[in-house]
Amino acid sequence: MAQANIELLTPASRAEIDTWVAKYPPERKQSAVMAALRIAQDQNAGWLTTELMDAVAAYLGMTPIAVYEVATFYSMYQLEPVGRHKINVCTNISCLLRGSEDVVKHLQQRLGIKLGETTADGRYTLKEVECLGACVNAPVAQIARQYYEQLTPELIDRIIDGLE
Amino acid sequence: MVTIEINGKPVQARPGAMLIEVADEAGITIPRFCYHKKLSVAASCRMCLVEVEKVAKPLPACATPVTEGMKVWTRSPKAIAAQRNVMEFLLINHPLDCPICDQGGECDLQEMAMGYGRDVSRFHEGKRVVASPDIGPLVATDMTRCIHCTRCVRFGEEIAGVMELGAPGRGEHMHIGTYVEKSLSSELSGNIIDLCPVGALTSRPYRYSARPWELKAHASVSPHDCVGANLHLDVRGHNVMRVRPRENDEINEVWLADRDRFSYLALAHEERLLAPQIKRDGAWQTVDWNTALTAAAQGLRSVMQNHAARQLGALAGYGATTEEFYLLQKLLRGLGSNNIDHRLRQLDLSTQEAIPAFPWLGQALADLDNLDAALLVGSNVRKEQPLVALRLRKAARGGARLMAVNPVDYDFNFPLAARRVVDPAAMSQELIAIAQSLLELNGEQAPEGFAALAAGVVVLDEHRLMARNLKDAAQAAVMVGNTVAYHPQQGALLMLASLVARLSGARFGILSEGGNSAGAWLAGAVPHRRAGGEASDSAGLDWRGMVSGGLKGYVVLNVEPELDCIDGAAARAALAAAECVVALTPYVTDAMRDYADVLLPIALFPETSGTQVNVEGRWQGFAGCTTPPGQVRPGWKVLRVLGNLCNLDGFDYDASDEVRNELEAACSAVLPSSKLVWKAPAALPTRGSGLSRIIDYPIYSVDGMVRRSAALQNTPDATAGVARLNAAMAAQYGVATAARVRVTQSGGTCVLPLVLDERVPNGCVHVPAGVATSAMLGADAVLELTAAE
Amino acid sequence: MANDVCFRTLHLEQPWTLDSYRSVGGYSVWEKILKEKTAPDSIIAELKTSALRGRGGAGFPTGLKWSFMPRNVEGQKYVVCNSDEGEPGTCKDRDILRYNPHQLVEGMAIAGYTMGASKGYNYIRGEFWEPYERFQAAIEEARAAGLLGRNIMGSGIDFDIDVHLGAGAYVCGEETALLESLEGKKGQPRFKPPFPASYGLYGRPTTINNTESLASVPVILQHGGQWFLELGKPNNGGTKLFSVSGHVNKPGNYEVPMGLPFADLLELAGGVWKGHKLKAVIPGGSSTPVLPAEIAMGMTMDYDSISKAGSMLGAGSVIVMDETTCMVGVLARLSHFYFEESCGQCTPCREGTGWLARMVHRIEHGEGRQEDLDLLVQAASQIEGHTICALGDAAAMPVKSFIKHYRDEFQYHIDHKKCMV
Repeated sequence: MAQANIELLTPASRAEIDTWVAKYPPERKQSAVMAALRIAQDQNAGWLTTELMDAVAAYLGMTPIAVYEVATFYSMYQLEPVGRHKINVCTNISCLLRGSEDVVKHLQQRLGIKLGETTADGRYTLKEVECLGACVNAPVAQIARQYYEQLTPELIDRIIDGLE
Repeated sequence: MVTIEINGKPVQARPGAMLIEVADEAGITIPRFCYHKKLSVAASCRMCLVEVEKVAKPLPACATPVTEGMKVWTRSPKAIAAQRNVMEFLLINHPLDCPICDQGGECDLQEMAMGYGRDVSRFHEGKRVVASPDIGPLVATDMTRCIHCTRCVRFGEEIAGVMELGAPGRGEHMHIGTYVEKSLSSELSGNIIDLCPVGALTSRPYRYSARPWELKAHASVSPHDCVGANLHLDVRGHNVMRVRPRENDEINEVWLADRDRFSYLALAHEERLLAPQIKRDGAWQTVDWNTALTAAAQGLRSVMQNHAARQLGALAGYGATTEEFYLLQKLLRGLGSNNIDHRLRQLDLSTQEAIPAFPWLGQALADLDNLDAALLVGSNVRKEQPLVALRLRKAARGGARLMAVNPVDYDFNFPLAARRVVDPAAMSQELIAIAQSLLELNGEQAPEGFAALAAGVVVLDEHRLMARNLKDAAQAAVMVGNTVAYHPQQGALLMLASLVARLSGARFGILSEGGNSAGAWLAGAVPHRRAGGEASDSAGLDWRGMVSGGLKGYVVLNVEPELDCIDGAAARAALAAAECVVALTPYVTDAMRDYADVLLPIALFPETSGTQVNVEGRWQGFAGCTTPPGQVRPGWKVLRVLGNLCNLDGFDYDASDEVRNELEAACSAVLPSSKLVWKAPAALPTRGSGLSRIIDYPIYSVDGMVRRSAALQNTPDATAGVARLNAAMAAQYGVATAARVRVTQSGGTCVLPLVLDERVPNGCVHVPAGVATSAMLGADAVLELTAAE
Repeated sequence: MANDVCFRTLHLEQPWTLDSYRSVGGYSVWEKILKEKTAPDSIIAELKTSALRGRGGAGFPTGLKWSFMPRNVEGQKYVVCNSDEGEPGTCKDRDILRYNPHQLVEGMAIAGYTMGASKGYNYIRGEFWEPYERFQAAIEEARAAGLLGRNIMGSGIDFDIDVHLGAGAYVCGEETALLESLEGKKGQPRFKPPFPASYGLYGRPTTINNTESLASVPVILQHGGQWFLELGKPNNGGTKLFSVSGHVNKPGNYEVPMGLPFADLLELAGGVWKGHKLKAVIPGGSSTPVLPAEIAMGMTMDYDSISKAGSMLGAGSVIVMDETTCMVGVLARLSHFYFEESCGQCTPCREGTGWLARMVHRIEHGEGRQEDLDLLVQAASQIEGHTICALGDAAAMPVKSFIKHYRDEFQYHIDHKKCMV
């Protein structure tokens, strides 16, 4: 088996993973895998390489396939490169009823890409997501950790203009 | 016991047992896909839904514990509706490509679809297509057929202990796979072929070669290790098309090692010897049997006439049948020589008198499941006896503390509670330290001669932990593995390991090398004992004596000494110098053509009847199930005629059973024992300078068959031979950056790729035997190493 | 009449701080317990009196659930809070985490004490970063104030909380999937038995409660079970947070007494927007059956009344649809959701949700077949009750209820290849 290189995880990432490992019993380091994958993804422009997942596996004493299973199960992990800003648009029922279709249409026009695509300059990825749990402020989108609520085309333009 | 009612019939059941187990025992069939009696319950396929009184929803029989008075209906309208509903879902995305699917005819899905499926599909959407990964040479994948039962995943996680297959993805996108392209590395991977209820995982070598209804299953026994796994050989015409496990809970349960399953591919290898040959004036001629056997008998007789009977010797391979061993020694002894041996991998035979009738496990294989502690000494059990490792893993999952004293930190499929990884030359000190610790725990006086050995040995906490774990366990075992057999101080290690067992109250066992060591010992294929363990009239030469002394005539049975003997170079030289070498062999090699004078083609195990005695002392007979190719004959018949032609009495057998009966009668008084009478080893030799060679036989190099199974040779475990040492040693020897190293041992030299491996202790280099690249190395304890080019 | 329980800090300037929470009587119950070592049985009895039922959707009585925990079993036991709020239409727990996190901390601490667990985890869905930070800050404030930790206030009682963040999977709201996820695995539900109370997190006895349920506990114990019960109606105690979303003028989270007429709740939310008429209501989140306006207008907002109306209170997630809504389009979106979120473990759900979603999608896009509607209902029924967890049921119920009440709209789509609204 190829030796996974835990050095792929930056010292800062490893330190942050350690704070999550500390939350669980010592023999249950695997519980920190979700946090570790999130941290690894954040240090790598928002997506997980196989090598990074192998590093997480080695760091937490897991078999690689167990890490791949987790990484492919949860929708917030990206296994392909994404744009610098991943725009997650909720299109589920409450958002649908409040115009998420218009939000998607506006974003697609403004960015020139379809759902699931990334702009050629690598700045934006547009992703449809399931209910974000802010239904009373629909329509809703999430960019990085921030929620944007009660979206209108004007608000969307302002948000995009404000992204670096 | 509780009483429940299934389909109106009262059934007794163990409280807490799952409904499906109870129904199975009562002969009531409930359809299932994900449930397997040897695996954990997933309850996910939902095929086994049944109706239970007072429960609104149908319940999965695999995950519903029985309770007193429970009333169950497996065939009620409600139960059948539930089962049919699930079947429809299973089929909507299944490709229904049965005509081109190898599973066709023995497919659980196909069978149950006959019982529960609709004749016309109501599904009008596009069917799912799933990419099929390449997971190596043994298992073919067609993942579109997968029904996600996860048996294969659970097998890896729970049984084999190697989680390679998983179920990445979610929902409909979930699929079984490795995520990254990789070959399965498990030595047990073929079992997922049996476990897969559909055609998603099938045998790659068997692919498209036969249909199950064309095959006839014959019972047989695997000759590749001392477990003696029970096999079904599936035969069409004269060909073994595939091998499957024959269930036997006492031996292999429902599993096989890949070695057992895929060695059959070597039956038709191009090196098969198909007709007798004799060397005339340095040239090989194919002759008829009569000519060849006459030449063989004449050759042996001329050695006796020109020299003496004691100039004859016999070397036998570990995988010969017990009958063959018996007739071979009977032939030699009939001719007046006790020079016979099968222990061609043992360098130190000094304790041969102390060994009981045969090297015994000290317990039944099934007892291993219930061990609370075990110490493995010089054993890479996972690759040496994969099915033993599987039982040890089961014990470990039940809480057993498994420990090892080894020359390499082998990758086991079970956790070790304690381990010492040391230079082979230091292994005896480790055992002395454990024994010392036990003496202290017991407050017992040391046996005679022990104190002198123990002088200067440091007892560490790890030794005390091992001692305490063994002593505290209700069921404990000390087992020596093949690395001890290959060790230059085997005798001392056996004595000391046996002492540790006695002092801790553990059972002592030997995991003997090869497939039929026990049979060989019992049959008298050792120089110092006749069949049944009776002492030889005069001690013959062991193989080392035969090789170093240079006899004039040899009979070689089912062995390629140049590879199978631990000092292959010396064996080859001795054979080449002899006047007459008669080889009874299934394969012919260039080396053999060089040293042999008569080549007699003999059958491989599927082609002959015979008996293997496994490490528990269990006699397992099997019948031949295919006609041997060409002029090939069963070894026992060849030996019988050879005996006749040598004018010996008692070679008039009509069937191999008669041979066995004769031997069994000779063994009637034999009781299995692993007790070694303590005799302090002579002062242990101090280690010379230089690197110690750690030697073992890689899993797919142990005998002629597995070496010639193309599929096995393409797995990650197959090796052409590499030298492994740790980075510190590599630096010390100036080879840290070398791709290849030159290794010299006992005057023999070879060049091998270098692999840095931190599992190898300081002062050692690991160089395997059984491979052509290292065959010229000798048997000295230390070797020299330099960078090549 | 409103904001009496989980939202009792909402009127304050910075409602999430320890000071704000203290100002409404926060931690008084916990401190009393620490001082008096209140008998756990009496706490459970109080909860039973209150008729508090699980606010995550299943509605199982909380006091009864706590009583299943083998308190005296040796070894580690766990309290787990389910803040994996993901049921479409539901966003109440997010606001508890953001605006009143200390009340949840106190609720979890009381739960831990009552059930003999010294460790609690709050599983917060991964998207909820801001709520996570608020809750994490509350934990740290509580630790600094000596309200969490070892030997709290010299009581000999240990309790501490950590957060586990999800990473995007609706199914982890199912309690055993949540446990698997907490253990660092795929969130695939476990079959029961064994139940978490005997074999939960890491195989140890565990009780899992919804955020709102746990956050209700301090107030119930402060004012008494009877007080809470009387806020609502028998068997439906207390107030409840309703997330009102969709076609209303003032969508929002409203904490109101159980048993409030739906019409009143609709009025609180400003009524149907744009002067449109009410067409349909999903009363408890996307998994609960849809109800036509005339039925909805006659029900009150409590478990029993909504059940009688043919649906479920669920998580109290009221999705309002006006007369312009295409029911085929809504069902297509919901079916797609369950297809996306099925964990893939059980055959009927893995295979069936995709089948349902594709069929509804076809109908919406004018490719429906005459036999599709019956087949949809049958396929949905074949999933329902045949799976390990309730996600299969959740996928089936919208299909069955939408077709039951709006079959003519579906038929129109099939016949005319377009929408009638």
